[in-house]
Amino acid sequence: MEKENYTISVYTENNIGLLNRISAIFLKRHINLDSMTASVSEIKGVFRFTIVVKMSEEQVKKIVGQIEKQIEVIKAYYHRDDETIYQETALFKIDSKLLFEERQIQNVIKESNANIVTVTPEFFVLEKTGRRKEVEALYDKLEPYGLMQFVRSGRISISKEKMHISALLESFNEEELA
Amino acid sequence: MEAQTQANTKGTAGETVRITGAEAVIRCLLAEGVDLIYGYPGGAIMPVYDELYKYQDQLHHVLTRHEQGATHAAQGFARTSGKVGVAIATSGPGATNLVTGIADAQIDSTPMVCITGQVGSHLLGSDAFQETDIIGISTPVTKWNHQVTKAKDIPEVLAKAFYIARSGRPGPVLIDITKDAQFEEFDFKYEKCKGVRSYKPVPKTDPQTLEDAAALINAAKKPMIVFGQGVILGEAEEQFKAFIEKTGVPAAWTILGLSALPTVHPLNVGMVGMHGNYGPNKLTNECDLLMAIGMRFDDRVTGNLQTYAKQAKVIHFEIDPAEVDKNVIADVAVMGNVKNTLAKILPLVSEKKHEAWLQEFKDYDAIEFEKVIQNELHPTKEGLSMAEVIRNINEVTGGDQIIVSDVGQHQMIACRYAEFTKSKSNITSGGLGTMGFALPAAIGAKMGAMDREVIAIIGDGGYQMTIQELGTIFQQKLPVKIVVLNNEFLGMVRQWQELFFENRYASTEMTNPDFVKIAEGYHIEANRVSKREDLKEAVQKMIKFDGPYFLEVCVEKEGNVFPMIPTGASVSDIRLS
Repeated sequence: MEKENYTISVYTENNIGLLNRISAIFLKRHINLDSMTASVSEIKGVFRFTIVVKMSEEQVKKIVGQIEKQIEVIKAYYHRDDETIYQETALFKIDSKLLFEERQIQNVIKESNANIVTVTPEFFVLEKTGRRKEVEALYDKLEPYGLMQFVRSGRISISKEKMHISALLESFNEEELA
Repeated sequence: MEAQTQANTKGTAGETVRITGAEAVIRCLLAEGVDLIYGYPGGAIMPVYDELYKYQDQLHHVLTRHEQGATHAAQGFARTSGKVGVAIATSGPGATNLVTGIADAQIDSTPMVCITGQVGSHLLGSDAFQETDIIGISTPVTKWNHQVTKAKDIPEVLAKAFYIARSGRPGPVLIDITKDAQFEEFDFKYEKCKGVRSYKPVPKTDPQTLEDAAALINAAKKPMIVFGQGVILGEAEEQFKAFIEKTGVPAAWTILGLSALPTVHPLNVGMVGMHGNYGPNKLTNECDLLMAIGMRFDDRVTGNLQTYAKQAKVIHFEIDPAEVDKNVIADVAVMGNVKNTLAKILPLVSEKKHEAWLQEFKDYDAIEFEKVIQNELHPTKEGLSMAEVIRNINEVTGGDQIIVSDVGQHQMIACRYAEFTKSKSNITSGGLGTMGFALPAAIGAKMGAMDREVIAIIGDGGYQMTIQELGTIFQQKLPVKIVVLNNEFLGMVRQWQELFFENRYASTEMTNPDFVKIAEGYHIEANRVSKREDLKEAVQKMIKFDGPYFLEVCVEKEGNVFPMIPTGASVSDIRLS
C-alpha cells in the first residue's frame, strides 16, 4: 500500500506518563515521527497530541488502534492532509545589520507574509506561519544570507470533520449514572 | 476471621479513618478482596511491610526467593483462581526484577497488580540509592502504571489499578509509591472504581455483526474454530460448548485456550500452531470459514500470514479492538466478551453436524498417530520419551489435574499430550515464552486452587532459572508436585540447532547438579527415574504423596518435538519428521 502523510489526533487525559506510552508505540515499530505537538484542546482538562507520520493507511489504522488501547486515551483519529487544515510555525533569527547591508532581504520579508517579532541592534526575529512548503521556501531564500538560528514547530491541525469528544465524554457520564 | 475483618476494615464502607499511606495500601487490598500476596521486602517498601505485620492474619504474604518468582506466582494464582494476582517489591532492583513477570502477564493478558516502593519524593531524579525509573521501564509492558507521591492518592489509584487489571482484556498494572507517601497520614476512605472515562473495557456488540456472522456460519460447508484464552478469561466455557455443539463445528485451540474445552470432547480437534496437531494445521488452509474466538493470531499459531487461511472467510470474536485486522483481516468482527456474543449468536445459528468434514480431521489424526503420537506415547526404543511421562500422569489423574509448564520441548509435549477435564487447568507462559515461569507459577496455581492437584512440568534448563523457589514451596508447605524432564540439554534450542543449524550444538548441553539432592536440601521428598519399568510407580507415588514432591525423569537426550511448522513456513507445510 502507498505511503501518505497522516495526521493522528489523540485526545487524552492529562497524564505525565502518556507521552512515553504513545511514543513507545512508534518506537516498538520503528516508525519515525515527522512531528509531534502536545497542547490543550477545546475541552477543559482534555489534552491533545497532534502527530504527523508517513505510512500506509493499513499501518496507521493499527497504530491508532494501539494508541486508543491506552487507558488514558479518550479517542484517536487519523486524517489525510486534504481532510485537515494544518499549519506550522517557524522562527528565523537574523543579524540586524543585514537589514541595511542586504536591501534584497527587505523584499523577501515583504513578499513572504512573515512577521517581524522583535528587533534589537544585534538581531531581529522573523515569524512565518503556513504550510511546510511555504516555510521551506522562505528558508531557502533567507539561508544564503546566513541564519543565526532557525526553528520550526510541529504541525498543528484541525480536522474538517467533527471529532465527537464532548459527546464521548458525556456518554461515559450517562453510562456511569445508569 | 469474620469479626476481625469487620473490625479492621473501617474506612472501606465510606467511613473515614486517619491512617498512613502504608496502612491504606493494606486496607485497599483487603477492600478489593485480596487475602494473598507475593513479594519480597526492601528499604523503600518497608512501611508497607510493617503494616503487613499487623494485618498478617487477614492478608497472607508469601515470601518468594526472588521478585520474579513473586510475579509468576501472582500470575499462576490469577490464572487458576480467576482473581487478580498481587506482587509487591521494593524500589530499584526489586522493581526491575518484576519486569519479566509483568511482560509475561501483559502478553498473556493476566490480571495482576504490582506494587513497588520508591525512594522519597524529594529524592526522585537524584539517582538516589535503589532509585530506578520503574514507571519508564514498565510502561511498554503494563496495561497501566502510575506513580503515587501523596498518601491521599493511594485509595483512588489502587481502586483504579484493580479495576483496570481485571476488566476488559485483563493485564498487569504497576503502582509505584514513594516512601514518604507510605509514611504520610491522611483521611482514608475507600471507594471501588466503577469506571474510567477514557477507558472502555468491553466494546459494544453491533447486532448486525451477529447476523452477518450467523449467515456465514449457517452457509459454511467446512467451518473450523480456533479458540484462545478469551474463552477462559471471559468465563465463557459453557457458552462456547453450547455453540460448538449446536453448530457442529470442529474446534482447535491455541496453547492458552487449552483446557477451556475438555480434551476428550468429540469436537475438540487439537492444537494449532508450530507444534500443534497435523489436522487442524493442514485444514486451516482448507476450511471455508475460520472462526477465531478469543485469540489473537500469534505468529506461532499462523506461520506465514501470506499463506494463512486465504481461502476462508474469517469471523473474529474479540474483546480488544486493536487485535481486529492486526494480523488477519476479518470479514466479520464480532466485538465484545465472548460469553455474551456466543450466547447472543446461539439462537441465530442452525443446528448442524459436519460429519464428513470432521472425518477429515480424524483422517489426519490417524496419520499423525501412526507417524508421531504412537511412538511418543508408547515408545519401544530405549530412553524415556517426555510424552510417556505425560501419559502416565494422565492415567493416574484422569485429566483432573492442573498442569503448569515451563518453556521449551517439555511444554509443547505437555500441551500436546496432557488431558484436561476442567478449565483454567493449563498454566503456561505462551506469548512471552518465559523460561523459569513454571516453578513459581505452580506456587500461585496451587494457592489459587487448593483443592486441585497441581503438577509442574519443567525442563532441566528452565528449572534452574528459578530453582530457588523450592524454598518458598518448602516454607509454605505447599503440596505441589514438581516433575523435571531432564534431557541434559536446552532441548528446543538443540532441536533447532539439529534441524536448521547443521547440528552445531552451541551452548545447549548442560552439566546438571544432582536435582534430587537439591530438593532434599529443601526438605522436599524427591525421587529419580530413568527406566520405563519404574515410571508408572514413580508417578503414582508422587501423586499419592501428601506434600510437596519432586520427581526427576531422565529422558532421551536428543528427542525432537513433531509435528513442526518451521518458522516462516505455511501451516500446510507442517512436517511430521
